[in-house]
Amino acid sequence: MAQVPAGLRYTKEHEWAKLDGGVVTVGVTDWAQEQLSDVVYVELPAVGKAVRQSDAFGVIEAVKTVSDLYAPVSGEVVEVNTALADNPGWVNESPYEKGWMIRIKAKDAKELDALLDATAYGALLEEAHR
Amino acid sequence: MSYVGRSDAERKRMLETLGLRRFEDLLADVPEALRMGSPLAVPGPLSEIEVRAHVGELAAQNDAAKGALCFLGGGMYDHYVPASLPRLVFRSEFLTCYTPYQPEVAQGTLAVIFEFQSMIAELAGLDVANASLYDGGSAVAEACLVARAHTGRGKVVVAGGLHPNYLQVVRTVVGAENVIAVPAEGGRVDAPRVARELGPDTAALVVTYPNFFGIVDDALPDLARRAKEAGALTVACAEPLSLALLTPPGEWGADLCVGEGQPLGVGLSFGGPALGFLAAKKDLVRRLPGRLAGQTVDGQGRRGFVLTLQTREQHIRREKATSNICTNQGLLALCATVYMALLGKQGLREVANLCFQRTHHAAAQAEAKAGLRLAYDAPFFREFVLALPVPASEACRVGRERGVLVGVDLGRFDAAWANHLLVAVTEKRTKADIDRWTKVMAEIAGSRREVGAEVGSR
Repeated sequence: MAQVPAGLRYTKEHEWAKLDGGVVTVGVTDWAQEQLSDVVYVELPAVGKAVRQSDAFGVIEAVKTVSDLYAPVSGEVVEVNTALADNPGWVNESPYEKGWMIRIKAKDAKELDALLDATAYGALLEEAHR
Repeated sequence: MSYVGRSDAERKRMLETLGLRRFEDLLADVPEALRMGSPLAVPGPLSEIEVRAHVGELAAQNDAAKGALCFLGGGMYDHYVPASLPRLVFRSEFLTCYTPYQPEVAQGTLAVIFEFQSMIAELAGLDVANASLYDGGSAVAEACLVARAHTGRGKVVVAGGLHPNYLQVVRTVVGAENVIAVPAEGGRVDAPRVARELGPDTAALVVTYPNFFGIVDDALPDLARRAKEAGALTVACAEPLSLALLTPPGEWGADLCVGEGQPLGVGLSFGGPALGFLAAKKDLVRRLPGRLAGQTVDGQGRRGFVLTLQTREQHIRREKATSNICTNQGLLALCATVYMALLGKQGLREVANLCFQRTHHAAAQAEAKAGLRLAYDAPFFREFVLALPVPASEACRVGRERGVLVGVDLGRFDAAWANHLLVAVTEKRTKADIDRWTKVMAEIAGSRREVGAEVGSR
């Protein structure tokens, strides 16, 4: 069963968001990486780019499929995990740690309240399994 | 049942199955007033011998480059195609226009595409090339789409000297409202005006090398640098054979190099089909259109070939793909690959050098013996423009009567060029051929002088 750490927020499109002092770290969930299988490339925005909640900010490529990445919160991209360019497999190995993708300086962190918490996301996955 | 030539018995059986009496019953829903009422007036059947004779008569009406002395260019060139090329290309293992649908089964096809890509990338001086595109015009347009996707910007600045037909394709594909075309000045790019158009909304600068007028413009490297400063990509539309002599676009700042591969062993074939190529810097690889063959090793460590990076393509990325090209011009890419492999580096250089020498000889003859002048004072490769004292269309007509296709009438593209004749000289044109062309050109120039004298005497 895929890991769903408590304390994170989740989108229905399987991104996770971790709030820390007004900055939100974003990645894809363990379940997402399992579904995608071997990730070969992650296309990420440049630092300074403005993103809007629910809009695509990047693209994740696995061997046989491609998927958009959706911003869990509006704001400005302040950091990008450039190491993923050479190590896309980190998304599979460590989706919640080494596989993080971008950090967004949130315009309004309250937007995160609209996302799922770990329990609700876990329930969503249960649903998907059934 | 065969798919052609139904017999009366078969018709009857089909009608019986449908529960109808006669064929016309099928048309019951078409109002009477809309029916023809009588059989379509088509000529009766012909025997195979008669068909061949008839089609032969039609074909004989064509003005084929084959029967005449050809100085036509403007995108398609009369280069020599070695006899061994068709022998190899028409082998049944190779003979297809497409990348196969189960590509890895066709290792030979993928190996050829891989070789094609490698050779094109080397000519362009860039890291990677795709498996080919439809033609030079669509290759330019696809490169503009790559630049737009990469930069996230919309505007495409086309510097003068691009083939007018290619410009139309770019306008169609990219959207005319996004394309700024800066006309050429004296056969070259209007560098100050082009530079002024490069701004924070510019995705691509398109330059041509050598350009539509045959001119090798030394202003391009500096423009590429200015495009880079503006954050735009430089697309060089290049002539592949000339790259055997000239500095590859990748070495003077082009991010993408595209063009028409017809000069590489494809032949004229009445002006088509054509072969687009596209090469790019490595960091653009995920935006490239079309197919890419890659080299790898199989489970037992043996060399093999695959179609790679398919996630770029439309069948996976759907509407988010940079391009909707999911095929290549396989047969002609094969021609080009065989051609380049047969000639080798040295051979390509020799062909390009011959073209260069003969073109310059023809231009000098036109000036010295026919009293004509070149429209532009600039270095040229295999083509030059003559400014005639008569309409170029008239020159072409006279030439045809003498069995010489003297050049391309540029008035077809722009009324301002009505007296401009674009002349291409390939390695196939001998000194005697050029002498014959010069004589016709002298006659054309002279006819004008005679007409002028008559008018003057009145």
